Amino acid sequence: MTSVTDVSPARPAFRLTRAFQGLERLVVPALLVAGWEAFACSGMLPPALLPAPSAVLHALGDWVFGFDETTQTYSGHWLRDALASALRVFGGFALASFFGVLAGVAIGWSRLFEKTLEPTLQMLRPIPPVSWIPLAIIWFGIADKPAIFLVFLGAFFPVLMNSIHGVKTVDHNLVRAGAMMGANGRQMLTDIVLPAALPAIFAGLRIAVGSAWMLTVTAEMVAVKSGLGYVLWDSYYFLRYDIVLAAMISIGLLGYLSDLGLKAIMARTLRWQQTTTVQGRVG
Amino acid sequence: MAAIELRNIVKVFSDKRRGRDLLTLDNINLDIEANDFVCLLGPSGCGKSTLLNIIAGFEQATSGRTLVDGKQVERPGSDRGVVFQQATLMPWLTAIDNIAFHLKLKGIAKAERYDRAMEFIELVGLRGFEHHHPSEMSGGMNQRVGIARALLMNPSVILMDEPFAALDAQTKLEMQEELVAIWQKRRCTIVFVTHSVDEALVLGNKIVVMTRRPGRIREAVNFDLPRPRDITSPEFNDAKRHILALIREESTRLAQAS
Ligand SMILES: Nc1ncnc2c1ncn2[C@@H]1O[C@H](COP(=O)(O)OP(=O)(O)O)[C@@H](O)[C@H]1O
Ligand SMILES: [Mg+2]
Repeated sequence: MTSVTDVSPARPAFRLTRAFQGLERLVVPALLVAGWEAFACSGMLPPALLPAPSAVLHALGDWVFGFDETTQTYSGHWLRDALASALRVFGGFALASFFGVLAGVAIGWSRLFEKTLEPTLQMLRPIPPVSWIPLAIIWFGIADKPAIFLVFLGAFFPVLMNSIHGVKTVDHNLVRAGAMMGANGRQMLTDIVLPAALPAIFAGLRIAVGSAWMLTVTAEMVAVKSGLGYVLWDSYYFLRYDIVLAAMISIGLLGYLSDLGLKAIMARTLRWQQTTTVQGRVG
Repeated sequence: MAAIELRNIVKVFSDKRRGRDLLTLDNINLDIEANDFVCLLGPSGCGKSTLLNIIAGFEQATSGRTLVDGKQVERPGSDRGVVFQQATLMPWLTAIDNIAFHLKLKGIAKAERYDRAMEFIELVGLRGFEHHHPSEMSGGMNQRVGIARALLMNPSVILMDEPFAALDAQTKLEMQEELVAIWQKRRCTIVFVTHSVDEALVLGNKIVVMTRRPGRIREAVNFDLPRPRDITSPEFNDAKRHILALIREESTRLAQAS
């Protein structure tokens, strides 16, 4: 993404301030980690209950690369665990995106769908996805399916709500302009309403990918025997808080990366919008 | 046969919140000939946009008949090009894609679309900006795209609803001149809504003065001053005096009535 400041000549003074601008976002995490390390080393809590960041990093390193088997059976298996979770996130998120956009556009565009479909969906929406776990397990057993189902539930509603909103708030005059240029019903939807609703739909997708990670971890704690959430819960039984924390960090990191990926896709798709939004600026 | 025939057009909006009806257009009768440049002039709220929207097919008259080229208007269509007050371009499309949008809807291949749109890019003086998005262009440039997009459809009439109202004075003057040049070059029928007496006199060869709400036609003035028009000439000022008198008469009548 080219930012606005790229236009300015790269004078040394500029480069210096820009380097600092890059660093400023590291200040808070660095302080937190340093404080945590100091607190853990002070011995006020037993190391088993609050492992130091260095210990967590050690566990994470062994989990990823398997150098000294401090994480025992998990040693070197991080990629497998992360992939298991990521696939569930991806599966549930893809389903939710597809059906969420489909239902949302239908409801936003057509009175008929609004009247028939929306009340039911709005009634299902307040039910916490987690409360579906018992049903998900009877229906789908213990495997990937219940987890994907839960991810789907968590990701579906943000996509749905934003798609409805996006379609309903399309500029009335754009629709008129389309009709003036001879758009038929289908073209009105694909060539005018859908592109116009895209920014709102993307906003929904970004919320949804966050929910997807939350729910896959929840599902793995109860309904599956693999993935980062499973490792987290399993380590808790063995009081390995260093692995618990390593798992938490992994989930946060992967969630962050998913959002970055989505943001990159969004920036490319909505390039036409960038000059008018604040996001076009540095950062 | 006139290009546009309006017969006994009445438009009543129902104001649901206050539970009453609002008579907006009261028995409009008007013939617009092919290749006329007609300015609809009236104070804001008198129903100019409503009348234009009825011709465009965006709104239905409560009663009366609207004929364009002898055909009853039922819905919007590409035989009537509309230029909106705000350019109302597709913000995700570049200038050339906005201008060629009509061709895309007709399923014409990209190469031909661009080929035909380039002529209109040239016509409205946007060469070099064909791949800019609306957010990267000024209001005046966007309005040029809006005009080009309407011209490309080669419609029998072009309907313009205060298209220059949001522009600064200098850009407005430029655009008015260019619009007249385009009209002279391409010989099309234009219905141009404005609330500015000067704008109407600079542009139109027929000026339709409307009354305050409920909108009626006060008088249709033919104005054939040769172009380019000298806005300081006696003929221009005579016509301006006449139209201002019509408007003033109207206000005194209202003042006496109340
Ligand atoms: N959709 C609508 N519903 C109700 N009233 C409307 C609607 N559109 C316009 N009006 C009313 O009709 C009158 C004329 O509006 P309009 O045609 O926009 O006037 P103008 O373009 O001359 O300023 C105004 O009083 C306006 O409030
Ligand atoms: Mg108006």
